[in-house]
Amino acid sequence: MEAVFLAFVLMLSIFLGFELISKVPATLHTPLMSGANAISGITLVGALASSGAGGSEMATILGTVAVAFATINVVGGYMVTNRMLSMFKKKPTEPVGDQGGRS
Amino acid sequence: MSVELINLWYIVAAALFIFGLKQLGSPATAVRGNLLSAIGMFIAVVVSLFSRDVIEFQWIAVGVVIGSVIGALAAQKVAMTSMPEMVALFNGSGGLASLLVGWAALYGSGNALPAEAVVSGAAASAAVSVSTFTVITILLSVLIGGMTFSGSIIAWGKLAEVMTSRAIVFGAQRLVNAALLVALIACGVMFAMEPSLTSPYLYIVIGLSLLFGVMAVIPIGGADMPVVISLLNSYSGLAACAAGFAINNNILIVAGSLVGAAGIILTNIMCKAMNRSLANVLFSGFGAVKTATKVEGEVKPIVADDAFLILEAASSVTFVPGYGMAVAQAQHVVRELGELLEGNGAEVTYAIHPVAGRMPGHMNVLLAEANVPYDQLVEMDDINPRIDNIDVAVVIGANDVVNPAAREDENSPIYGMPIINVDSARTVFVLKRSMASGFSGVDNPLFFGENTRMLFGDAKESISSVIAEFKG
Repeated sequence: MEAVFLAFVLMLSIFLGFELISKVPATLHTPLMSGANAISGITLVGALASSGAGGSEMATILGTVAVAFATINVVGGYMVTNRMLSMFKKKPTEPVGDQGGRS
Repeated sequence: MSVELINLWYIVAAALFIFGLKQLGSPATAVRGNLLSAIGMFIAVVVSLFSRDVIEFQWIAVGVVIGSVIGALAAQKVAMTSMPEMVALFNGSGGLASLLVGWAALYGSGNALPAEAVVSGAAASAAVSVSTFTVITILLSVLIGGMTFSGSIIAWGKLAEVMTSRAIVFGAQRLVNAALLVALIACGVMFAMEPSLTSPYLYIVIGLSLLFGVMAVIPIGGADMPVVISLLNSYSGLAACAAGFAINNNILIVAGSLVGAAGIILTNIMCKAMNRSLANVLFSGFGAVKTATKVEGEVKPIVADDAFLILEAASSVTFVPGYGMAVAQAQHVVRELGELLEGNGAEVTYAIHPVAGRMPGHMNVLLAEANVPYDQLVEMDDINPRIDNIDVAVVIGANDVVNPAAREDENSPIYGMPIINVDSARTVFVLKRSMASGFSGVDNPLFFGENTRMLFGDAKESISSVIAEFKG
């Protein structure tokens, strides 16, 4: 039954993901991709459980390496996304300069 | 912290991811969106540390410190031009992490499994008695994680040109890949029947998934890497999803599928922008299939002086950048010229094709870095209907995305791909180093067009001399 609930969560999240992402304009696709990539570093949560579980030595080693790689993904991903996004600026000082002022 | 409480916090984290992605929908709110998503991640990680399963913090600390240092350094140092390589590498490390989490989940102890599925007598034998469902999800996590990792490394190699960016194809390739897939499934089934920590099938599955990732990406040419990166991005999400199933963790599934969906959508956009199916991108080496009709004609070269005179008289100018602009590091002078033209009363826009550059939206980032305001960046579908009224279209380092052969020549490998119709503008300037063909090796009849003027030389120098004319 647990698996069915998880599958339910999966189905809803995929639909939600499609809805959210299809609204992102092409201008922001690169930061979107690296931002989404950073989110996929969520495996870190799984890695934490494995490396700190106090189980066998092998599990700890695998877990620790996994933690390291997932952290690269998370920290690097968010930082680089932030760096990119902070470069996107609106045109300064012009009050209604948006769409060329066409009427 | 109880399992219920942990999961409540996971709900908060998931909500933050969702809000974060929503705010990425507009450049004005995107920075905040990314921050929200990062806070969500932070909450998820901290809460997981409180989980009753986590005992040994020192190893976690070691992993986190190493990872943070590498990640932070890479994020600070990377040049915007090599963003695709960076994303490929981050993707790869995410994939590898999923592989390892799946593997470690076999050891079971870090696992919030229902009681009957927890490892029985872990000391007694290497056999594990996790449920078949869990074993399958573990295998999926290993498989998708593994191929994401090796595929990303190959994609990185092609983008960074440490290996040939051409499609590597050989005769029985599809046969070999099919055999590989069959072997993977067979070994997976064998392992699922008798899961054991020391089972040779486990190692074979790991090895084969890595090999499969390599085999899947090598037949794809450098020009198609934007698609591959998007797809691998999606895989890394799915790998996290599978790992979530393996360790019964909701937040992994939610976050993983959000990423999976993001990757699929971007892949789809890229494919549409090239008028090719995903299958076509993945299974046929680009340019290997058809050879375009040779175009011949006379090009009309101009010098910076003449270019200046035409630009000065223009009332609307659109720049069409491609990866060549980034290579020549010309984005800053392009922005300067744009500002001068605006000062001269012209309407200036930057028309960006969805597959310009080496990943979706790459050109936008490069222009934003050069301080081009984002309201001047327009998409292909916005510029094409009004391109007839554009006085001058300046093509900088773009080739395929403005190639009229995509509309006219049925033999062209890029036939059917939507392009920015610069040839309909009143005048077209093409800035080009010399008469060589583009990344995909396709001839471009645009260069011989009636209204086309070729400005040969390094793009940065050419534009600088036009700027000098404006100022002088």
